[in-house]
Amino acid sequence: MSNVNDVVVKIGTVNGTGSASANGLLMKSIFRMGIPVVGKNFFPSNIQGLPTWYEVRVTGDGYHCRADRIDVMVAMNAQTYTEDMAEVRSGGWLIYDSTWPRSRLLNREDINVLGVPLSAMCNENFDGARSRILMKNIAYVGVLAALLDIDLEVIKTLLEETFANKKKLVPMNLEAIRLGYDYVKEHFECPLPVRVEKMDKTRDHIIIDGNTAAGLGCVYAGATVGAWYPITPSTSVMDAYKAFAKQFRIDDETGGKKFCIVQAEDELAAIGMVLGATWNGARAFTPTSGPGISLMSEFIGFAYYSELPAVIINIQRTGPSTGMPTRTQQCDLLTCAYASHGDTKHVLLFPANPEECFYMSVAAFDLADRLQTPVMLLSDLDIGMNDWICPDLQWDDSYQPDKGKVLSAEQLESMDKFYRYLDVDGDGITYRTLPGESAKGSYFTRGSGHTKYGAYTENSADYQEVIDRLLVKWETARTLVPEPEVEYSKFNKSAILSIGSCDGAVREALVQLKDKNVGLNYCRVKAFPFPKSVREFIDKHDLIYVVEQNRDAQLRSLLILDAEISQEKLIPLLHYDGMPIGADFVVKRVLEEVAKGRAA
Amino acid sequence: MTYITKPKVSHPNLPRNDLGLTARDYEGAVSTLCAGCGHDSITAAIVQAVFELGIEPHKLGKMSGIGCSSKTPAYFVSQSHGFNSVHGRMASVTTGANAANRDLTYIGVSGDGDSLSIGMGQFAHIIRRNLDMCYIIENNGVYGLTKGQYSASADVGSTAKKGPANRQMPIDPVSTAIGLGATYIARSFSGDKSQLVPLIKGAIMHKGFSLLDIISPCVTFNDHEGSTKSYAHTRAHFHHVIDADFVPPAEEIVAAYKEGEAMPVELHDGSKIVFRKVDKDYDPTSRAAAFSFLRDSVNAGEIITGLLYIDEETGDMHDLSGSVETPLSKLPYEDLSPGKAALAEVMSRYR
Repeated sequence: MSNVNDVVVKIGTVNGTGSASANGLLMKSIFRMGIPVVGKNFFPSNIQGLPTWYEVRVTGDGYHCRADRIDVMVAMNAQTYTEDMAEVRSGGWLIYDSTWPRSRLLNREDINVLGVPLSAMCNENFDGARSRILMKNIAYVGVLAALLDIDLEVIKTLLEETFANKKKLVPMNLEAIRLGYDYVKEHFECPLPVRVEKMDKTRDHIIIDGNTAAGLGCVYAGATVGAWYPITPSTSVMDAYKAFAKQFRIDDETGGKKFCIVQAEDELAAIGMVLGATWNGARAFTPTSGPGISLMSEFIGFAYYSELPAVIINIQRTGPSTGMPTRTQQCDLLTCAYASHGDTKHVLLFPANPEECFYMSVAAFDLADRLQTPVMLLSDLDIGMNDWICPDLQWDDSYQPDKGKVLSAEQLESMDKFYRYLDVDGDGITYRTLPGESAKGSYFTRGSGHTKYGAYTENSADYQEVIDRLLVKWETARTLVPEPEVEYSKFNKSAILSIGSCDGAVREALVQLKDKNVGLNYCRVKAFPFPKSVREFIDKHDLIYVVEQNRDAQLRSLLILDAEISQEKLIPLLHYDGMPIGADFVVKRVLEEVAKGRAA
Repeated sequence: MTYITKPKVSHPNLPRNDLGLTARDYEGAVSTLCAGCGHDSITAAIVQAVFELGIEPHKLGKMSGIGCSSKTPAYFVSQSHGFNSVHGRMASVTTGANAANRDLTYIGVSGDGDSLSIGMGQFAHIIRRNLDMCYIIENNGVYGLTKGQYSASADVGSTAKKGPANRQMPIDPVSTAIGLGATYIARSFSGDKSQLVPLIKGAIMHKGFSLLDIISPCVTFNDHEGSTKSYAHTRAHFHHVIDADFVPPAEEIVAAYKEGEAMPVELHDGSKIVFRKVDKDYDPTSRAAAFSFLRDSVNAGEIITGLLYIDEETGDMHDLSGSVETPLSKLPYEDLSPGKAALAEVMSRYR
């Protein structure tokens, strides 16, 4: 088996040993050789000591999901050596630290086991326990460089860039690379049949994680207030916002910050701060994850009913309850769509990759201000914390924020009287005013029953008039949210409908299924409520496979509830073990359904 | 409950403030609280304070949570924006509001349930941030809207209308605030408007977090014999020990104070608080002194009222986080977007 630019490498290490930098170096050097690459980090909810893995899929074809096999395993963690070895495909390679001998029992006849004395080499060449541990990880990058034929010059340049401010670290890292590289060159036949070769497929592309892209999007959207409570896997959204804001939002003259980040005491407070800020006209957001949404729910309902904008970025992780905080899922669709008691429903956006995290976070602010309601960006751990290859992010300097129907003091002066919840335009969106502008615009923001004039009420008709008008606004939202991404051929009678980070797996599966003569159309929804085009797409098919990453078919439920699709037509294909979904799962499940007699 | 429009009656000779407005311009809707409720007296004191300070109504943000107390922002300054939030969360909403627009004056009205039970966490953390606002607790020791349960401020031994005496230790907002680092701490009584108005004025003008714990008897559920939050009990036990006069920036201190009996503290905007009737050894700028004074008074069964502590040195949330002077909500988008060229530079870091 010889595969050029189609290799899957997995590295098993111990959390807290600096392996993240080594793995980043490996992935980026392949990217710099112009080869598309997918990196997935499988890490524990722990600071130091537990097993952690990194999977690098070199994919010359440019796929975006993880593969279903391991060609090369670097087993650096004795604790997981047995399971790591078991994962290697037949005919694959296992690299281990041969400083200590392995028992014969731990051998497999059908794989190639390559021992490299990484610890011994690092102990001889470096001083200090910390350096030795860190350099051992860098050394396995050298080992892989030799085995896979990665360009050493690219690695050298990357190290020089990484340590531009700590130049004295460069020689040590280069030496570690060299130790691994030379040992392998001397003892084994290099490169392996699976290897990399320069391409030109990553020009004008970047490697970025979704949380960084979302944080950057919040800066570009003009958000000035960020309130949050730290929670995995969303923390790096605020880290990124803070870093970019510190770069771009410091007043030249005074050094004052043109942003305010408040680390709240909990998520209840974080969303309260967001609403206080948007009430005053600022763009404000809070990044969180599932447990945070549960805590924010009361305020989300308040914002829906009192009609205040808010942007909530939910980086979904596995539930229920604490679940597995460092594993991925799309399990908050229903809880976000209908967050809070009473009749509430909320606008959701579903990015599929970091690029969309950037653009959709900007769109979220525009929609929230336009619709005067909370908008939730539903990313997940896979998008948010893994490195993805994306086209360069673009910005149009003619962009102006859509602040929605906000009356200025001048406009108020020219009016006879201002009423907060009066549907003047018939689109269900009413005019609002900001505190501090004009006494004529004053009104009382409240979560208690109110009339269209903004007054407190316990009158049935007056109450119902306002909540019915909110349904008109909901229909307006349906026309404003992003349209789905659709691939359609009139020859296919069935289709896959999916969401967010399933996209890469579904797209790769569609290619594989076509090779097996199973032709399917594809629709990826990007927002809730579903635009009319989603219903139209479904109506053109006999059968829809709904691919999503949760146990209870939540996307399918939303389709039934909001697009009024009959449930018989929607076949759930559910992946929810916490690992990112792969194409193999989609192919296998579709073929199973086809075998049962379902139309393809 | 219906929404009653207050009749407009002309009073051409009412005094006017610097803005040319009368106290009538600072009134709100008709109160729907019980007749005789202490909260209505506090509402009246707020109206007088903001009128006398000459605050532009539209530059005032009225904040509240849920409960009888939290309804009252509807009853004062109807020309101001109000934010009647969810139970116990007025603090976070005001934090966000202030983060976005630091130029407005924020008056928050809360109750003992809203602040000391469901909202205890947010109450503690808004103090940590020294958010620039006037935070009023209308403290009656009881849940009124749900018909008479004890609140967390109910004193040991105080009896419910029908039930036995409370045995759980109360949470005292004043000593809690002293411990947590609040920078303006006062206690007063809804029945003492002459003390209340200057305290509210000082609290509004203080830059940072001001707590006013105001004993405000609940006439329906907690005004009986045996209650320690009744009008009778409060009148019998409250000690008007520390008087504080508020002097606006433009005015001289003209009142005659005896030697050693007056202590002026200058506020951020140049106005002054003048402490009088203070024990000559008492230092209202000493947190330790305030705390021990308060403990001694509790042990003596006294309800100490007045301005107990003031700190004009500590910066507010914006000072601590280094925000620009311009309210963030007023910054034009051009000041906020890094632009296309900057994004290209950012992209180069991710290759």
